[in-house]
Amino acid sequence: MLTLKHLHKSYRDPGDRPVLRDICLELQPGDYVAVVGESGSGKSTLLNLIAGLELPDSGRILLDGQDLALLDDNERTRLRRRRMGFVFQAFLLLPHLTVLDNAALSLRLNGVGHRESQQRAAALLGAVGLSAHLHRFPGTLSGGESQRVAIARALAHQPGLVLADEPTGNLDAGSASQVLDLLREQVKSRDSIGILVTHSSAAAASADRVLRLADGILRPE
Amino acid sequence: MIRALWQALVGSSLRAQPGRTLLATLAIAAGIALGYSVHLLNASADAEFRRAALQLSGEAELLVRGPRQGFDEQLYPQIATLDGIAIASPVLEFQASRDAGNAPLRIIGIDALRARELQPALVAGQSLPAAGLFEPDSIILSAAAARSHGVAAGDLLDFRAGTVTVALRVAAVLPDGSYRQPLGIMDIAAAQWRFGMTGVLHRIDIRLDGEVAAAAVQKSISALLPEGVELLTPEAENLRSAALTRAYRTNLDMLALIALFTGAFLVYSTQTLSMLRRRSQVALMRALGAPRGTVLGVLLAEGTLIGAAGAVIGIAGGFVLARQLLASVGMDLGAGYFRNLQAALHPEPAAALFFLLLGPLFALGGTLAPAIEIAGMPAARGLRAGDPDERVSAFPALAGVAAIGSAAMLLWAAPSTGLPLHGHAAIALLLAGATLAFPPAAIRLLKLARLPLPLPHALSLARLLATPRLTAIGMSSILVSFSLVVSMLLMIHSFRTSLDAWLDQVLPADIYVRAGGGGETAFLSGREQQRIASIPQLLRVEFLRSRSLLLLPGRPPVTLIARDPGVDGFSRSLPLVGAPAAPGADGPPAVWISELVADVLALQPGDPIRLPLGMQPQIFAVGGIWRDYARQNGAVVMDLADYRRITGDQTVNDVAAWLAPDARVTEISGLIRAAADDGSALEITATADLRRLSLDIFDRSFAVTWALQAAALCIGLLGVWLAFNAQALSRRREFGMLRHLGLTRREISVMLGVEGALGAAIGAACGMVAGGLIGLILIRVINRQSFHWSMDLAVPWLPLAALFTGIILCAAVAACAGAAMATRQEMTRAVREDW
Repeated sequence: MLTLKHLHKSYRDPGDRPVLRDICLELQPGDYVAVVGESGSGKSTLLNLIAGLELPDSGRILLDGQDLALLDDNERTRLRRRRMGFVFQAFLLLPHLTVLDNAALSLRLNGVGHRESQQRAAALLGAVGLSAHLHRFPGTLSGGESQRVAIARALAHQPGLVLADEPTGNLDAGSASQVLDLLREQVKSRDSIGILVTHSSAAAASADRVLRLADGILRPE
Repeated sequence: MIRALWQALVGSSLRAQPGRTLLATLAIAAGIALGYSVHLLNASADAEFRRAALQLSGEAELLVRGPRQGFDEQLYPQIATLDGIAIASPVLEFQASRDAGNAPLRIIGIDALRARELQPALVAGQSLPAAGLFEPDSIILSAAAARSHGVAAGDLLDFRAGTVTVALRVAAVLPDGSYRQPLGIMDIAAAQWRFGMTGVLHRIDIRLDGEVAAAAVQKSISALLPEGVELLTPEAENLRSAALTRAYRTNLDMLALIALFTGAFLVYSTQTLSMLRRRSQVALMRALGAPRGTVLGVLLAEGTLIGAAGAVIGIAGGFVLARQLLASVGMDLGAGYFRNLQAALHPEPAAALFFLLLGPLFALGGTLAPAIEIAGMPAARGLRAGDPDERVSAFPALAGVAAIGSAAMLLWAAPSTGLPLHGHAAIALLLAGATLAFPPAAIRLLKLARLPLPLPHALSLARLLATPRLTAIGMSSILVSFSLVVSMLLMIHSFRTSLDAWLDQVLPADIYVRAGGGGETAFLSGREQQRIASIPQLLRVEFLRSRSLLLLPGRPPVTLIARDPGVDGFSRSLPLVGAPAAPGADGPPAVWISELVADVLALQPGDPIRLPLGMQPQIFAVGGIWRDYARQNGAVVMDLADYRRITGDQTVNDVAAWLAPDARVTEISGLIRAAADDGSALEITATADLRRLSLDIFDRSFAVTWALQAAALCIGLLGVWLAFNAQALSRRREFGMLRHLGLTRREISVMLGVEGALGAAIGAACGMVAGGLIGLILIRVINRQSFHWSMDLAVPWLPLAALFTGIILCAAVAACAGAAMATRQEMTRAVREDW
């Protein structure tokens, strides 16, 4: 379960308007929500706070009861490694690893052996329709294919929380639709919590709930 | 347009990362500074040497030059009265020492009235009778000699030559400009008399009258010359003197150029990485309509400017470095060739211009390949996001193999004008070939090995294997610098080990006695020898007579060593290379020649050799060839009994003595001194001291190479640091993603550290192979042909292992530091940058 309690976050001087104000949110396993908002509204800041990449000025973030603010940077990093999966707008696949190795990366980072991680990653890549491309390198894939590999990587270690930051920002409409369907399907089937950050209404429509971030306040749309 | 291109492609890069440009500039500057300083010292020493020789020969057109022990003065009136001779001036020339603290002083005895015509720089302007030159106890000193001995006109000094000690009064000190080197001038008759060299001359300086053809006069003079005395021009004598150190100076020049070469590799790797980083800007400019040629010109101009700036800094730095080296280790950089040479730096504009041009030239060479590639790349490909094109062409590797093959072929060539220039060219080709061919081969091998590394180290390996080109570029500077260091280590260790073994063999006795300093003018008579041999505390005594012998045309005299063959004979007591000749029953007596004599005269064991000994040249058989690290002009060893039979000379210069078990060196030294007529003149040295002294001289000679090696290694490590720094910056998004996936900063640093270590290991391993091959060329070709010294290969395993480990650690630390710098930046922003 993910709980956000009265989060405040501001940059620059204390007198400036805060980026996030009194954010409260509670998400259960299987929840799949979209956070929408204009550019600069604080969507990515919210995602970074949830991921433990930044700390709030005040308020608490609890992941399965664990308060992120009480952990040091290394502990938050390890928590991210075990419990979270990321999908980025720019895919961020390692160009020198094969599709299979990229997908197996999160498993290997969590200490799963080479053989087992390859088997599990191959199965997941099969599930996202890439079983024919296991040994290709990212440079030879289309944008949609690359993002499907990124989804496989984000889900391979079965994280409780999947964070997707503009996952369709670099894709055409057809590919975007496929990727969104796939992401929702995979998050739901694993009973993870999914948070999709986007400025696209069409992308947000794939979520169970849509939350709008405006003037630092998160409201249901 | 050029200005806009310059701002877009060069200005922005300079502003973004000025440190990297500065380091590339400094790398070239370091190479130029090393090269220029060594050359400046060598050229200045050479100029000083020639100037001194020309001042001494003055306006003479011909010289009659005898061996170090001199020739009969009866030759002088025969030559002086020949047709066509305007002036003939006899000269006595020897070394005399004051005490152990002072270097021996070169003293010439001249006929002042004749010398006034031939050596006006030395004696003109001097009121010689007033200066007291005709007094038998007078000596005139050059200003340098007066300074080095701390004396002034009127002082009384003791000089010892051979076994004779003479008290001389400093009659005058020459003005500074007359002769720059330490020199003493005496009246020839006084010098002959006082130093016990009556009837001996060393040189006759000749000026022709021009009425008789020079060739005819030379023919007449040559007809009068006995064996071992030759006629030559002052220029030929200068060349001969310079030839003594030419090989050493050329080798140092080459070593310094190789340091410059390493700097150029650093520029190459820096420029390549910098160009790859800017490929999208270049592609954008091309897409906006900038012509390919103009883009190429701007990129080349950038490299040339870096080289030019480096060269200017390097020339200034080189001059300062040369001054420091001159003050601290001397003109010969510690090798001892010019120990007595008083010299100042003489910068020549042509040499400075040459090194000034080398900077931009090398930098341009380093920039050319990446600039052509980037400027020629289709704009569409350059604008596409992602890593630089890693498709590796087979051409560089094939060119590398071809270069290595050419290097191998060059090794068979004969030396050019006595210098192994082809050997140096082979080293340059091998180095270039190894840089092009070895890293791709090593990466291929590593791919086949499939090392099972855990994450995140497996990522490091995968990255290295997937980016062979970047890996090779990053490692080129470490390969070059490490190979140079390995080759020098291998050569120096082999040389030192061989010298150590050689000393063991040539110094079998417990103590060595020399009849006196000052060359071959000190002897022990037969009576003295008998008295020394009869000292009861000596188990065994061997006597040795050495003298110079004019044997090799166009080269300085060789040393003839006549000695007791010892109980084992020469075939066992000399450090032979190869098998000795089979002893012939009725053949001529055997002599044993050093490698230099064998090389120059192309002799093999068993071949006949003619030596100018006694009244008639004598035929001997070459008994074997031996290794001589002590005499640079060559040596011939013969049985003392044969020498005495042929020449009738019963004197000796040196004694080797084996002590009884309970005898002490100090006690025996006293007994030996007591057995000699003038025991105080004897130099008695224990073998251990001789060994230590020899090894000290060796170490001092190679001290400068350690500095050059350290410089090369620093430049190499700088290259690694630059490469990994550049990589770390260009991979911020990758690190950002890994941070998101749960890698700590430390783990990312370690990952890049492992990558650095693996890359450095590849570079160092390739460097080890290349360095081993270069070391073999140094040992078997360069040294053999430069100095005619062979040596046994000895591998310094421990230092090599330590260096290998150290360089890998340094590279790992450099890479870690780069990663730490890159991961300090905000990770969340890094992943948003275009991949």
